[in-house]
Parts: sequence; C-alpha cells; structure tokens
Amino acid sequence: MAEQNNPKTLDSKIPEGPIAEKWTNYKAHQKLVNPANKRRLDIIVVGTGLAGASAASSLAEMGFNVLNFCIQDSPRRAHSIAAQGGINAAKNYQNDGDSVYRLFYDTVKGGDYRAREANVYRLAEVSNNIIDQCVAQGVPFAREYGGLLANRSFGGAQVSRTFYAKGQTGQQLLLGAYASLNRQIELGKVKSYNRYEMHDVVLIKDADGVERARGIIAKNLVTGKLERFAAHAVVIATGGYGNTYFLSTNAMGCNCSAAMACYRKGAYFANPAYVQIHPTCIPVHGDKQSKLTLMSESLRNDGRIWVPKNIEDAKALQAGTKKGSDIPEDARDYYLERRYPAFGNLVPRDVASRAAKERCDKGFGVNNTGLAVFLDFSEAINRLGIDTVRQRYGNLFDMYEEITDVNPGELAREEGGMKYYNPMMIFPAIHYTMGGIWVDYELQTTIKGLFAIGECNFSDHGANRLGASALMQGLADGYFVLPYTIQNYLSDQITVPHFSTDTKEFEEAEKKCQDALDKMMAIHGKRSVDSIHKELGHVMWEYVGMGRTKEGLELAIKRLKEIRKEFNTNLFIPGNQKGMNVELDKAFRLNDFITMGELVAYDALSRNESCGGHFREEYQTEEGEAKRDDENYFYVSCWEYQGNDDNAPALIKEPLHYEAIKVQTRNYKS
Amino acid sequence: MANMTVNLKVWRQASPKAKGEFKTYTVETDTDTSFLETLDILNESLIEKGEEPIVFDHDCREGICGMCSLYVNGHPHGPATGATTCQLYMRRFKDGETITVEPWRSAAFPVIKDLMVDRNAFDKIQQAGGYVSFNCGGAQDANSIPIPKKNADDAMDSASCIGCGACVAACKNGSAMLFVSAKVSQFAVLPQGKVEAARRVKAMVRRMDELGFGNCTNTGACAAECPKNVPLSNIARMNREFLCAKCKD
Repeated sequence: MAEQNNPKTLDSKIPEGPIAEKWTNYKAHQKLVNPANKRRLDIIVVGTGLAGASAASSLAEMGFNVLNFCIQDSPRRAHSIAAQGGINAAKNYQNDGDSVYRLFYDTVKGGDYRAREANVYRLAEVSNNIIDQCVAQGVPFAREYGGLLANRSFGGAQVSRTFYAKGQTGQQLLLGAYASLNRQIELGKVKSYNRYEMHDVVLIKDADGVERARGIIAKNLVTGKLERFAAHAVVIATGGYGNTYFLSTNAMGCNCSAAMACYRKGAYFANPAYVQIHPTCIPVHGDKQSKLTLMSESLRNDGRIWVPKNIEDAKALQAGTKKGSDIPEDARDYYLERRYPAFGNLVPRDVASRAAKERCDKGFGVNNTGLAVFLDFSEAINRLGIDTVRQRYGNLFDMYEEITDVNPGELAREEGGMKYYNPMMIFPAIHYTMGGIWVDYELQTTIKGLFAIGECNFSDHGANRLGASALMQGLADGYFVLPYTIQNYLSDQITVPHFSTDTKEFEEAEKKCQDALDKMMAIHGKRSVDSIHKELGHVMWEYVGMGRTKEGLELAIKRLKEIRKEFNTNLFIPGNQKGMNVELDKAFRLNDFITMGELVAYDALSRNESCGGHFREEYQTEEGEAKRDDENYFYVSCWEYQGNDDNAPALIKEPLHYEAIKVQTRNYKS
Repeated sequence: MANMTVNLKVWRQASPKAKGEFKTYTVETDTDTSFLETLDILNESLIEKGEEPIVFDHDCREGICGMCSLYVNGHPHGPATGATTCQLYMRRFKDGETITVEPWRSAAFPVIKDLMVDRNAFDKIQQAGGYVSFNCGGAQDANSIPIPKKNADDAMDSASCIGCGACVAACKNGSAMLFVSAKVSQFAVLPQGKVEAARRVKAMVRRMDELGFGNCTNTGACAAECPKNVPLSNIARMNREFLCAKCKD
C-alpha cells in the first residue's frame, strides 16, 4: 500500500455557487449537443438495472444511438428488480416537514459525513422528478383512498418520504425503465445485447494523445465468443461487489468484473471499505446455502427487534427447548428502543446491524447458531389487527414461511390479554456496497469518456446508505443526471466519426481477454469455482465484515494472496470454450472478486477510524458506537491500480469540503 | 431439518440443435435446502468427477427476477403454488423420491442448453407496445393525477408478472395470453395508459401471434401455475380491450 508522495490531484468538478444553486448553475452553463449531432454519436451502456435502463432509454429518447448490454436473458431481470421497500423523495406530501434540504441532510448524516455534499444535494433535488416520471410511466405506486400517493417511513428519517409498490418497488420501477427501454428498442434507437458480459473497456488515444474510452470487449455467453463494440463514450451501470463475500443478498450473477476491468485500465476505485450490512435478513442455515434472503426494511415500521433479557432464556432458545413466543413481554430486551429512543427500530442499517452483532457476541442470540435476533409483530397485530398487518406485509410473511416453515402472522399463544405471535428470526447480511468507481460531479471516471452510474459508482451514500435511497440514486443518475452531464463531454466529440473495431487497440484488448480465459481453462486443477469462492467469502466475512481489526485485516490480505494462488494453480473448469460454459464465466468473475476483496481489505486497513459501514473495533466509543476521526480521515480514499493484481494499490485522497452542513457526531438517541 | 436422498431425472441437451435425453442422478440434501441449492450440490459433484454441470437459469433466488424456470414433476416451478422454482424447498419432497426436471417446453422458447431456454420472444412482445410513450423530463406533479385505490391495486396485481414464462409452459397450446394480458391490463386500468390503449393491445397481440405462441382456449392452466397468482381475469380484460379496439378500426 504505497501512499503517493506527490499526490495526484483529483478534480471533482463541483460547480460554483451556494449548494442549492450548483446543479441549476451547471445545467445553465454546460455544453450541449444539438439534435442533428446526437444522431452521429454512439454510447455504450453496460447494465440494465435502474441506472442502466433509465440511462439507456433517456439517452436514446434524446437522439443518441445506444448499445445496451446485460448478462441476463432479458434487461428486465437486473437485480434492481429485487429491491422491496421503496424509493425516497422530498415531496412532503405527508405535510410532515420534509424538504429537499432535509432529505439532503438525512442522507449526508446517514452516510456518516463521508459523502460528497454537492452530489447528495443534487440527488435530493431530482428525487421529486423521479416520482413524477415514474407515475407518468404508469408505475402502480401504493395509493390512499383519496387517490393520492401513499408513503411509509424508513430508517434514518423522522418523516414519511418513502414511495412504494407493495413489497415490490424495485420491480415496478425497473419494469417502468424497461418499458421505456423497450420503446426505444422498437424505435431502433437502442440495440439490446442480452446474455453478453463485458470483459474489458477499450481505450484509444486521440490526436492529442489523450486516452479515451472508445468501446468494450464483451463475451457472448451463448456462443462463448468474444466480440468487439465501439462507441464515443462508455457508461458502466453494473452494480456493486457484494458477492465478493459469497453469501449476500445480491443475485447469483451480480459481479464486479466490469468495474474491475475499468480499475485495471486506470479508473480509480473509491471507498471500497464501505460495505453495507443489512440488519434484517434471514439467518444462515447451513454450508449448502447459496445466498441470503433479505426481509424488507419496511418491516421495521411495525416490527420490534428484541432478544431475551436473561441469558438463561437465550440458552434455552439456542438449545431449542423454548420458542420466541414463550418469552413474556417483561423478559424481552427491545435493545434498539432502549439504546436509541429517538429513532428506535428505525435507526440506520449500520447501527441496527452492529447492535444485533453486539447482543449475539454477548451470547443473547436466539437460534441454534446463536447468530440471530427476533423481529416481532405481536404489538402491531394487537394494535392494528392481523388483517391490516397482513395487508402491509403479507407477501413478506409468506416468503419467510416458504424458506423457514414459520409464519410470523400465526398466533402462538395468549396470556393476560396479550396475543403472542411467532417472531421472525433475522441477522445482518451483506447487501449493498457504497464504495465504487470514483466519479466526478459529472459521473465521469478518471478515464475520459468512461462514466459510472448507480451502485457501481461511489458518489452519493458516503459510508452508509439509507433505506430506499438506492432506487433513488440509480434513477437519478440514469434519468436526470448522466443524460445531461455526458453531453458536456460529447460536445467536442461531434466531429469524431463512428469507430471501426478493426484497430490494433481492439485487437490487443480482445487477445488479452482471450488469453486470460485460455489460462483459466488450462489450469486443470482440482477445485471448483464455488469451493474457492466460498473460501474467499469466509475470509471476507470473518475479517473484513462487520467488525474489523488491524490484525484481522493484515491476516485477510495474506489469506487472499493464498486464495489467489490456489485459484491460479488448482482451479478446474469442465468443458471447453465452444458454446456456453457457466463454470468459465463464474471463474472469470471470481478472479475479479479476489482482487476486489483485497481492495476492500487495503482500504479498511488504511482507514483508522470507524464510520458508517466501516467499523474498526479499535475505534469505538465506550458505548460501542462508531468513532470517526474527521481530523485525519475526512477524505475519499481513491485507489489506483499498480499494473498487476499482485501489487498493492496506491492511495490517492480526495479531500471533502462541506459548505452547507456542519459535520458532527451522528446521534440517533435524542 | 432432516437429511434426505433424492433422485433427479434431468433433461440434458448439449446445444440448441443437439439431441437431448434424460439422465438420472442421486443427490444427498436436506429439508431446509432449496431445490436449486440441491441442483448446486449435484453440480459440484459432477464437476468433481470432471463432468459438465447442469445448466439452468437462475439469478435472484428470491422469486422476483423471473430468471428461474424448470418443469418439476410436471409443474412449472414445481409443486408449490404461488412460488417460483428458486423458492421451492426440499421439505416439499419425500425422501427417496425421483424428481423429474425438464426445461420449459414451447415452440416459442427453444432450448439453449440443458434446462436453459431462450425467452427473447417475451421481450419482443413488450417492445411492440408494453409502455406509455412518454419521454423523460417534463412530467407533471405525481399527485396531479389522482387514481382510485382500487385501480392502483388492480394495476399492481397485473404488474406483478415476473415474465418467467410459466404460463406458456403450462398451456397445452403454448399461449402467451396471460403474460400479454397482464401488461395490457395494467395500463388499461390506469389513466396514463388510456391514450394508447387501442394501439397497444392490437400491436402486442399481433406480435404475440407472429412469434408462434398458440391461441387461448380458456383452460386456465396458466393462472393455476403462475408463481405470482396473476389472475385469469386479465385475459378477459384484454379480450374486451382488443374487441373494443378492433371495433373502432
């Protein structure tokens, strides 16, 4: 980990003026591309989640020619579809004192003061346009009887600003973007490539010697062949790196390979240590498990989180001699309500996750592994009646029952007028990654012509993301930010003709990708991809997960190097490269997860403080809260690739400057 | 949790044009493991033996992406109702049972490899008209279009279709009527969709016919097997929309 002696300067291109006027000023003065010239420009968008699909359709609506790629069999299947709870916006429809400023403030505070202020303000500003846009598309948001839009509350906020469509908000927003995308495909403005995976980004030097992103190498997953695609600019919208940990709430196909390809070509990777661990997931049940299932944060609106007060009760629960519903009200420790009276069960995710870990570490875990806490709906059902509660969360209760064989809406016993229902068991799991490819205010990476949007960039959530803000950011980037800012880049590219892919740069890039695949196929070792991936995941969760220490992180880096060696020497991939080879595709992704894991560990080791999703056990208050160090770590960590996966990356710092918000200790107690 | 052993009788097909066949494998699993995780276990053991793993589509593994398919014991998405294959747990099966696993079988969904099929035809139907033609930017305030709660709820029920293709696989005619009608219905009950309603239903039905899907004979297998319980009434609504649109021609 070599810190730069002559730090390279990073220009975040934050516009002049007061925070509330920056975006307006930017739009008023940015360069535009006229309609006739838009037709002459090609843009590659990799990914079809909320960010990718909304960007691809919006750019096409403006007149650009778009090439859109996804690894799934249809753009509609991108993992944004699995988001359950909702999307935030500062509409203040509930008249509860919400405003653009308050959404901005909550997001910066929720991110533990590690986000870039100007980006977050813009996000809050365009949040209202997103809701308008989605309603116009026919997204069936939940409504009140009067016909107006309904809202619910999410963690880290004291207002109700979350719009939702049952427990399937991500699905409905993505289908809205997918519909717009389909319209542009039908019109011939978007060419859609399904079951294609990006393997590399191709850089070409222009006449002035500046390297610009001019295309990609992508593998056709059905034929097994690498193909070349050229464009005037490349946008990656390929999601986060949660699957580095093997078990996460991410879909099985989610990967960080496109981001790693950009990183290896010189794009800086920012804040990799900021990984979000979601407090309400179904606990791990065994070593055959392939993924973890999220239970929506919206459940914390009415569900109360608890463990037993007495250690004897916890031991009985672990031994299976007692059930959750056997433990009476006065023997329950609603620890979030106890520790954080002002926010209670609706504290941000990082706080809720750590509090669960703290109780389980002390021996109060409630399942056979001791790694679970209860989420209980008894109080809500007693107050509202089962019908109302089922109407709100019925589909989630059923989903929970299908997996665990227990229904949280089922009456277990009655005592003293209180009805006790079966509680859910939950435990934190890897869910979202705040870190990502470094981008400036225009969402451009350190490579000219290469943009990153959605979860795969780093810009808006700081060290922790608030619930219902991922959908907001993906759509903000894709519908309302990138389509503007990319024009500022493309305006001087209008005389550049369409590119040929028959150039030495494309040829070299393709050969490098092919060589890498050949090398993996030729190892002929003994280990399957999954067995090595599980080992990686175990090291990551154990040492680079919820509680990190200097010793643990150093050990993790050492172990990851061993795992890389094992991958390079003992991997086995059956079959050949003709046609579809699922194991080869998984191996390609695992190679990048190992590099990604090292990046997370290096970043976590370099940041000697605790903030948001990054908790270093050495840096905590006496009460066990995260202890930030604003004097020494008030910056974005940007990591530069050093030519080879074996070399440690170099750290470059982007200092943070706050103009509008006073940086202070996060307080959710009062 | 209880350990169990099952025999998986699986369709293997090397490529779209290759001749396929059933092969039977024995797998040790347990009641708390999901059906797809059991396939994962089988695949690990195949790889250990140097054989190619069974290819099947899957992604989110929480029943929402619509990627997983599989005909399990004669039912799309297996014996559970209102659930996708990825939400199927082994406690649904008996110890020692032989479970037959096939890909979707429909002319419009050709096999790519083993249990994986090409559902591109679904995208093409949506491209014909499954949208409100509205460019980003310039939308009016979201609350300026009040929509009765019932209409919003009905639209949501139709829109919950995950595009998996179970309806087509379940139908003896290979009809895509439930899939198409779900999208037509979503927009038919919302004011945003009214402007283009006639054009949309005609375009989507025409595209569906062109792509080789069969006709609807009101058997109802589609709705019975739909993992999201999208109701048959969507088809009735689409037929009405279609007739009204044709009458105006």
